[in-house]
Amino acid sequence: MSTQSSRLAARLMVAPSVAVLLIWMIVPLAMTLYYSFRLYRLISPERTGWTGFTNYVWFFQSPEFWLAMGNTLALVGGVLAITVVLGLLIALLIDQPVKGQGILRILVIAPFFVMPPVAASILENLFMHPQNGLFAAIAMGFGAQPILFLQDYPMLSVIGIVSWEWLPFSTLILLTALQSLSSEQLEAAEMDGASAFNRFRFIILPHATRAITVVILIQTIFLLGIFGEIFTTTQGGPGSASTTLPYMIFKQAIAAKDIGRAAAGGIIAVILANIVAYFLMRGIGRHLDA
Amino acid sequence: MGKIQLTKVRKSFGEVDVIPGIDLTIENGEFVVFVGPSGCGKSTLLRLIAGLEDTTSGVIDIDGKDATSLPPAKRGLAMVFQSYALYPHMTVRKNIAFPLKMAGMDQAEQDKRVERAAKVLNLANYLDRRPGQLSGGQRQRVAIGRAIVREPAAFLFDEPLSNLDAALRVGMRQEISELHQSLKTTMIYVTHDQVEAMTMADKIVVLNAGRIEQVGAPLELYHTPKNLFVAGFIGSPKMNLIEGAEAAKHNAHTIGIRPEHITVGEGPWEGVVGLSEHLGSDSFIKVDVAGLGIINVRGSGELNVHHGDRVRLAPAGKIHRFDSQGLAI
Repeated sequence: MSTQSSRLAARLMVAPSVAVLLIWMIVPLAMTLYYSFRLYRLISPERTGWTGFTNYVWFFQSPEFWLAMGNTLALVGGVLAITVVLGLLIALLIDQPVKGQGILRILVIAPFFVMPPVAASILENLFMHPQNGLFAAIAMGFGAQPILFLQDYPMLSVIGIVSWEWLPFSTLILLTALQSLSSEQLEAAEMDGASAFNRFRFIILPHATRAITVVILIQTIFLLGIFGEIFTTTQGGPGSASTTLPYMIFKQAIAAKDIGRAAAGGIIAVILANIVAYFLMRGIGRHLDA
Repeated sequence: MGKIQLTKVRKSFGEVDVIPGIDLTIENGEFVVFVGPSGCGKSTLLRLIAGLEDTTSGVIDIDGKDATSLPPAKRGLAMVFQSYALYPHMTVRKNIAFPLKMAGMDQAEQDKRVERAAKVLNLANYLDRRPGQLSGGQRQRVAIGRAIVREPAAFLFDEPLSNLDAALRVGMRQEISELHQSLKTTMIYVTHDQVEAMTMADKIVVLNAGRIEQVGAPLELYHTPKNLFVAGFIGSPKMNLIEGAEAAKHNAHTIGIRPEHITVGEGPWEGVVGLSEHLGSDSFIKVDVAGLGIINVRGSGELNVHHGDRVRLAPAGKIHRFDSQGLAI
């Protein structure tokens, strides 16, 4: 790819897919932006027109909005913390040579293949249910009252459910990172007198940094948009206790039938995602090169 | 300080006996080379001494203390790996200081030792680079640096030069020899390259299929090989091994003649020259002699013989004799 003509050819070859991607991205974004400045309610379709920043102002003045912002960030941060830490530990565990390693790994990865609403229903009804759930059975086994997860700890429950779904992903990525570490490096560290903890701290962890960065970046993108799990379990409640930004947008669009406000919420979500991405890239993006 | 004694050391992986039982003493300050064809168990033996593999049975004594079940870090040995095994995310300085840091040494002493090692190994200008920015030879030196700062009882080298190009290999060979001269620490060196073994070793251990074939000084192995395997393995080009009637004349099952112990010109054997290599200082020719097979001949200086020539050969010099078991008579 060094000569002028080959570079030109390369650009021409890439151009169609770039064009498609651009349209794919620009058209919905432009439409959302357009609607966010319009009065557009499905209940009263005859009233239309430009409204300026009214839709945005409504969002910023709604007390629910700031709660939703906090919940969104809590969801992303909580799930990231749980999946990275637990994922690394589980990856270390299943990297050990044991009998039935193949089956074990498939079992660990299996939850990732379950659809989000199904996964949420499984956890809600089989684990967290106050009468039928496993946790309730355990609590009652010890003579304690079952915890009403979705009622008393709605946001933590959602974080738990989403973590359960995403743990296999981080485990898988981190496992491949561990497997790419040369065993001679670990042996050299062992000869150099590094204890098991120090080998983890100084050899394994730095080696896995790039994989951890990838996990954080990819998961953040998906976690900012989590919706199905909330929809099937708490419905954003009780009250608005587990409402996140996407869920709030959904409520504006489907429950309140106000497309203008929903579009404004969408634009705010895009801006939030960009702010998060900016800080992420500044904070950990450097681990991606080298 | 660095005497290592192996007693009936055995290693098996499942059903397979990689090392069926080895007795060996390595004296303090010796440069010992384990040499043998690939798969002979020489690396496994080194890893047993290092503690990276568990012995199936037998005893490993280091400095008179039983180290058989000690973890690698407690044995006081340092190892240089074939892939160098440098830590890619650390600078050269941190790589070299790593064992000191793990030992909890204070920073000032760490710096002092790293500087000293860097000076000895010509790495002073590279201390703040990462391994990825170094050439193969420099990486090799960093690996050695990481080993010497610990001031170990013995160094273990696992084929350290096999990833270097030929010119660099000769240079590093000399550097390691010089290092041994100045440190006077026990070194155990594993290689499949007999030139490295011959030039560096105080004592060579020839291994074959997990067994020790012979232990001795380089020239001792060269001049008085104990058996056919050592005779054929040590020396390049290979010793000519001749069986049958010619061997019977010398009252042996097999006779061995080194290529330099054959003269070209007059003689009882006649054959056609196959390959001839002229290096200026030496000439190597392969002669197909009827009844004897291919005979390697080495002449010093220039031999005026070429492919297709008919020549006569005569043995001149020592003839090694072996019985039907392959043992020297």
